[in-house]
Amino acid sequence: MGLRRFIVKRVLLTIPILFGVSIVTFGMVHLTPGDPIDVLVSFNPDVGPAEEAALRERYGYDLPVWEQYLRWIGNVLQGDLGPVITRSGVSVNDVIMSRLPETIVLGLFGWVFALVIAIPTGIYAAVNKDDLGDHVSRFVALSGISIPNFWLGLMLILFGALVFNIWPVLPPRKGLLSLDTLWFLVMPGITIGTASASTLMRIMRSSMAEELNKEYVTAARAKGLPERTVILKHVLRNSLISVTTVAAFLTANIVAGSVVVEVVFSWPGLGREFVQAITSREVNLILAITLFTGVALVLANLLADIVYAMLDPRIRYD
Amino acid sequence: MSTQRGRIQISGFDTEQVTEREPLSDWTAGGTGGGTEGRWHRAWRQFKSNRTAMIGLSVVAIMVVLTTFARPVEIAGITVQPISLAPFEPQKSLFLEPGSNAGAYDPPSLTHPMGTDASGRDMFSRVMVGGRASISIGFVVVFITAGFGLVYGAVAGYYGGWVDEVMMRIVDTVFAFPALVLALVIIAILGGGYWQLVAAFAFPGWAGYARLIRGEILSVKQNQYVTAAQALGARDRSVIFRHIVPNAIAPLIVQASLSIGTVVIGVAALGFLGLGFPPGTPEWGTMLDATRETLIQGPGGSIPWWATVFPGGAIFIFVMAMNMIGDGVNDALDAQSNVDVEQGGGN
Amino acid sequence: MALVEINDLTVNFYTEEGVVRAVDDLSYTIERGEKFGVVGESGAGKSVTAMSLMRLIEDPGQIESGEILFKGEDLLEMSEERVRSIRGNEIAMIFQDAQTALNPVYTVGEQISEVIRHHLDYGEREAKERTIRLLDEVGIPEAEARYSDYPHEFSGGMQQRAVIAMALSCDPDLLIADEPTTALDVTIEAKILDQLEDLADEFDTSIQLITHDLGVIAQVCDRVMVMYGGRPVEKAPVEELYYDPKHPYSVGLMSSIPRIGDTRERLQTIPGTMPDLVDVPTGCSFHPRCPYAEEACTRKDPVLVDPETGHEASGDPGEHAAACLEYTGDLTGGLDYTVEVDGEDPQITPGDQRE
Repeated sequence: MGLRRFIVKRVLLTIPILFGVSIVTFGMVHLTPGDPIDVLVSFNPDVGPAEEAALRERYGYDLPVWEQYLRWIGNVLQGDLGPVITRSGVSVNDVIMSRLPETIVLGLFGWVFALVIAIPTGIYAAVNKDDLGDHVSRFVALSGISIPNFWLGLMLILFGALVFNIWPVLPPRKGLLSLDTLWFLVMPGITIGTASASTLMRIMRSSMAEELNKEYVTAARAKGLPERTVILKHVLRNSLISVTTVAAFLTANIVAGSVVVEVVFSWPGLGREFVQAITSREVNLILAITLFTGVALVLANLLADIVYAMLDPRIRYD
Repeated sequence: MSTQRGRIQISGFDTEQVTEREPLSDWTAGGTGGGTEGRWHRAWRQFKSNRTAMIGLSVVAIMVVLTTFARPVEIAGITVQPISLAPFEPQKSLFLEPGSNAGAYDPPSLTHPMGTDASGRDMFSRVMVGGRASISIGFVVVFITAGFGLVYGAVAGYYGGWVDEVMMRIVDTVFAFPALVLALVIIAILGGGYWQLVAAFAFPGWAGYARLIRGEILSVKQNQYVTAAQALGARDRSVIFRHIVPNAIAPLIVQASLSIGTVVIGVAALGFLGLGFPPGTPEWGTMLDATRETLIQGPGGSIPWWATVFPGGAIFIFVMAMNMIGDGVNDALDAQSNVDVEQGGGN
Repeated sequence: MALVEINDLTVNFYTEEGVVRAVDDLSYTIERGEKFGVVGESGAGKSVTAMSLMRLIEDPGQIESGEILFKGEDLLEMSEERVRSIRGNEIAMIFQDAQTALNPVYTVGEQISEVIRHHLDYGEREAKERTIRLLDEVGIPEAEARYSDYPHEFSGGMQQRAVIAMALSCDPDLLIADEPTTALDVTIEAKILDQLEDLADEFDTSIQLITHDLGVIAQVCDRVMVMYGGRPVEKAPVEELYYDPKHPYSVGLMSSIPRIGDTRERLQTIPGTMPDLVDVPTGCSFHPRCPYAEEACTRKDPVLVDPETGHEASGDPGEHAAACLEYTGDLTGGLDYTVEVDGEDPQITPGDQRE
């Protein structure tokens, strides 16, 4: 009962934030001088002023901003993100539908990579605090949060090319989920996940080290439990609580990373589409992708809070 | 002997003897205590004894000096810094010079320790100058965002109630986007350039400080001395800035020192995406963008690895050194150990 | 054979400031079913002694030398696995602060039945039944419903009872209670102490009760050891310590207890604090705070002796021993304190009694 009420309350709290996210997105993009019609006209010099006005009316760009917003958000809520103006016949929905799975697969790979690397390393470093292994893993983690991901990607390509003569740049592919693709996922996946893995490892180590000093750990040992149980049952669950508080941050990291990493590896996802949309001032696409990241992060935050509440019984009744 | 039940009372245990007599031996209590040293003093002493942090500090200092003195600096036509350490003009294609035998993508050599780029420009000179934009933007952005976030968070936390509620929902909204995505949108609006990049990273950057400071304020606010100051009739502004802020500032400094690296990476990332500066600008990210296609020429072709390794390596070393400092500051101020969590950003 | 026999135990902590001898050459025994009190100010080495008994001294601490015989077997020589089978099972510990000793993210019931499952090989259901019985026994109402409550849903007193139930869960032979009631208010303290005593009698469990509070000792214990600076300064049956304390430090502790109907003008607290154990005073480590200290005290290190004879203490459970130079005839001024019972009759002056 407590948990369910907490979740309902938390879900209701996201609604105004989602509303704010849509306003910020729309507001920012509409600060751009000129509208998509200007862009379209500049591509097609034979469009006359009459046709331009007609286009503007058709897409609603002659309305006041708040009305444009209402129309836009109304369409978005109905699942219509508008047309891609510079590519005739292509809608933003088409682009999202074809690109989003690519980005999700890449991001998930990065996430899993981060978790698989960071949790065990963090535990190891905290348990063996100040040992050589701890120092080495801390140094690696510090490097991991310091290395620019685009450079890491370039270096991986360079290394693969010079040493192994392999080129992990995407050839025409079979399906997104074929084994072939998985192989090409390794380098971008590592690139996108490194910063998160390093951050996560640092947090895991420090929260675990903090928990290890608490009296319930001594008490668990005094109960005669094996050290494994003490660490993996009693300490780990408490340390994971503080890890969930950064989960949304790590998701943001991966979302931001996908923009850069997709460009480095020519990965056909939303991130690369976003950079192209910015260069070609494709307003509807910019709007849609920005809104998408916002919504994704708000939902990630929501999920993290729910996991937090499930891990920590104290939170539910606060 | 016999034992009796009853109330026991001791007399004759004369403690005054102890305090009044001459010490029997030269032993004195508390021989090892360090006394009361100021917090900032102690923090600085601890920072100084942290070898990693001091290495970071030296590397940052050296890189800042090198990039500042690599080429003369002109502000509004007046040369404010005439020294020129870089061996070549970073913008000059050397093969156009008479008497130069430099070509495109020359490998590293004595005259060109980092080789040359596609246009035959000296990489070493370009890498030296290339940090100017990212590093200075890093410091400027952190200065602006920390200052604004401090005031914003202090106001929200101090007043509480609906003021706090509204202000923090705004922060939540900013937090709903990765910093890099917001920066990209702003660059889409404003176009590239130095101050545009400052704006692009300042816009999302302040929210983290605001949230941090508000949290600190909320906990500091419960302390007695704040209540005391209010009871004595101190004005709101003076309570915030005289009593609360000095106590909440330590975690702010920690976060600021760790943010500089993030902004530097972000600026370079925009340069790499071709959105920060005009192509050809000697800036670390932009330089990497220019040499990107050399990696994708397929099996067989030789790869000018130096064009990729050095500019990116410079970013990496600078950010690493910056983070070493940040960790050292964190340890010295003994702030929360996981404050390196800030907004999703460029790395 | 005594249940526990500790011989010449020395524990060091290697800190940045230097080596701290937290426990120095300590010996004592606890008989089966006996309630043994250890008293002293904080820093006297009481808790370190307790943790040594569990063999849970952690870095930077190290057991330097000595032996801890439990049922005749040296705990310090055992394999880690063997010690683990004793911890929580034959020797159990009650922690000072139940709130921090309970893991916040598991239910109270789970944390108790976990021990039962581990040591007694019980299945889920039997362990749960036994846990509920235990909770009931330590006085937690509606034990069955509270089994699945989390620690934060318990009050302080209830948490302490849960911790006691946890310690009793495997019928231990020895219960180490480290300041078990310090965090509680006085009325609950008395109740819990009573209960602890009853339970120990019922289960025929020995108790080593660690406290800084002589009142708690009086209520529960049979025998007391007073510790100062990592050493025992006096050992005695509990009533003898109260009515006839021999060591000036014990006297100081007693005289600093406030009492109703006190005729003294002010409380006689022991001046100064326990020395920093990195830099221990020479001779008797209590001399800087002792009103009867003389020049000899700064030179000569007192050993535990029988105050009647001045002979070195035998280590017999029933004996009264104190470590003060007075009893080896090294002091010239004597100890001129008096213990009055009921403020009137028999006055005992230890100095007079010596011959």
